[in-house]
Amino acid sequence: MIETDILIIGAGPTGLFTVFEAGLLKLRCHIIDALPNIGGQLTELYPKKPIFDIPGYPTVQAGELVQNLHEQIKQFEPGFTLNEIAQTIDKQEDGTFIVTTDKGTRHHAKAVAIAAGLGSFEPRKPQIENISDYEEKGVEYFVKNPEQFRGKKVLIAGGGDSALDWSIFLADIAAEVTLVHRRNEFRGALDSVEKVQALKNEGKINLITPAEITGIKGDGKVESLVIEQEGTVFDKSVDYFIPLFGLTPKLGPIANWGLEIEKNAIKVNNALDYQTNVEGIYAIGDINTYPGKLKLILCGFHEATLMCQSIYNRVNPGKKYVLKYTTVGGVQGFDGTVKEAEKAVVKSIE
Amino acid sequence: MSDVKITIIDREGNKHEVEAPTDMSMNLMEVIRAYELAPEGTIGTCGGMAMCASCQVYVLNENQPLPEMGDEEEAMLSEAFNVKENSRLGCQLAITEDLEGLEVEIAPEY
Ligand SMILES: Cc1cc2nc3c(=O)[nH]c(=O)nc-3n(C[C@H](O)[C@H](O)[C@H](O)COP(=O)(O)OP(=O)(O)OC[C@H]3O[C@@H](n4cnc5c(N)ncnc54)[C@H](O)[C@@H]3O)c2cc1C
Ligand code: FES
Repeated sequence: MIETDILIIGAGPTGLFTVFEAGLLKLRCHIIDALPNIGGQLTELYPKKPIFDIPGYPTVQAGELVQNLHEQIKQFEPGFTLNEIAQTIDKQEDGTFIVTTDKGTRHHAKAVAIAAGLGSFEPRKPQIENISDYEEKGVEYFVKNPEQFRGKKVLIAGGGDSALDWSIFLADIAAEVTLVHRRNEFRGALDSVEKVQALKNEGKINLITPAEITGIKGDGKVESLVIEQEGTVFDKSVDYFIPLFGLTPKLGPIANWGLEIEKNAIKVNNALDYQTNVEGIYAIGDINTYPGKLKLILCGFHEATLMCQSIYNRVNPGKKYVLKYTTVGGVQGFDGTVKEAEKAVVKSIE
Repeated sequence: MSDVKITIIDREGNKHEVEAPTDMSMNLMEVIRAYELAPEGTIGTCGGMAMCASCQVYVLNENQPLPEMGDEEEAMLSEAFNVKENSRLGCQLAITEDLEGLEVEIAPEY
């Protein structure tokens, strides 16, 4: 079991910055995220977009901000459980919490900070009636282990970068790769589109456009797909169907944790410390709501700071925390070393 | 500059006549959000970058002058679900005087 002071759900900017504010108060953090990479919306939706409203940065690229946040928190050595969804939460008799992920990883913490943003990103599933019957029985929304497809007949659907990239990658591994897209044009890096064209010319990728998958057939596992192409309908035998239509955020399991929810967001006590209706569970950043809430990175940072003060009092009852500016005391890692702010040059006046 | 009147049918089939300002550089997705015609978190997920299609609408009047579809919008609509001939992305429709009298229906959530 992973032990920590604050368990943070969500590795977006709010979750990441929490580690820093908690670290100043000598509280340890562990972060869970459903995605394999940290950064939340900044990494997933707009890594190359410039942001203009982070104090002190006239402009900063979203991806760069995430890198800097990561750099800033390294000294507090947060733990990460990535690629796993926080699924259940159990409050213990002593007021601590156990959070378990969809893969069964258990985390024990004194407080839980939900920084889950828009929720967890889930694959957008095509509207094929019986598709859920075949999930993990030939229908795969992610390519986790390419070796799984070695020597198999694979059909990929979609028109974006991941559909192109995986078609190219699997062309060397699978026995047969078919790419189906609703249009003749693909939206992706020019280089990838050209590679797919070349592989098609070599006969290594079958391209079926403009077309759609409208049905799945098979006895207990995918055996063939129904394809509709400009009015004609035909079956194609395949071993695997990989629909790649991007990700969509869903509030997910958090919706079932007994927290007060309003308009897809968790209600918190904003006058005080961003605590939810369950003592010890906080919600900060885009996931929370209160009168006047603004969904901005800056606001998430502010909420994280106030929340950490409250958690400090919860973890250290009776101890009074005195606010010290980091420029005065420097930043102390858990090893006790002081990462001091550089002193200005002092020059004697003659 | 004045406001324009737009009719929006929400996902429950209710009709709303709203006034949208032409001088605040808003787009139709933002108008729908501002009037709370779709639940928070179900529209405008990508922040208006033509990347999520959560703001898809069906344009109901035939002769409405509308801006041409850009490559991004066209590409997103080619991948989105529930797309019809009259589909547009709300975030790509800037509120201008041309939109006076526009009638749209918000596409189902996906
Ligand atoms: C296109 C666009 C442009 C933007 N531009 C700006 C801007 O210029 N300035 C600004 O201040 N803001 C901007 N924003 C808003 C900003 O991105 C958000 O306010 C910010 O990302 C919120 O951070 P967060 O950490 O609260 O949540 P998120 O960034 O959404 O991160 C939440 C994380 O939690 C994870 N998660 C959710 N549920 C679970 C679960 N059950 N288990 C495990 N993990 C889970 C998710 O996978 C995700 O990684 C923009 C947003 C968009 C879409
Ligand atoms: S808001 Fe995402 S496509 Fe319009």
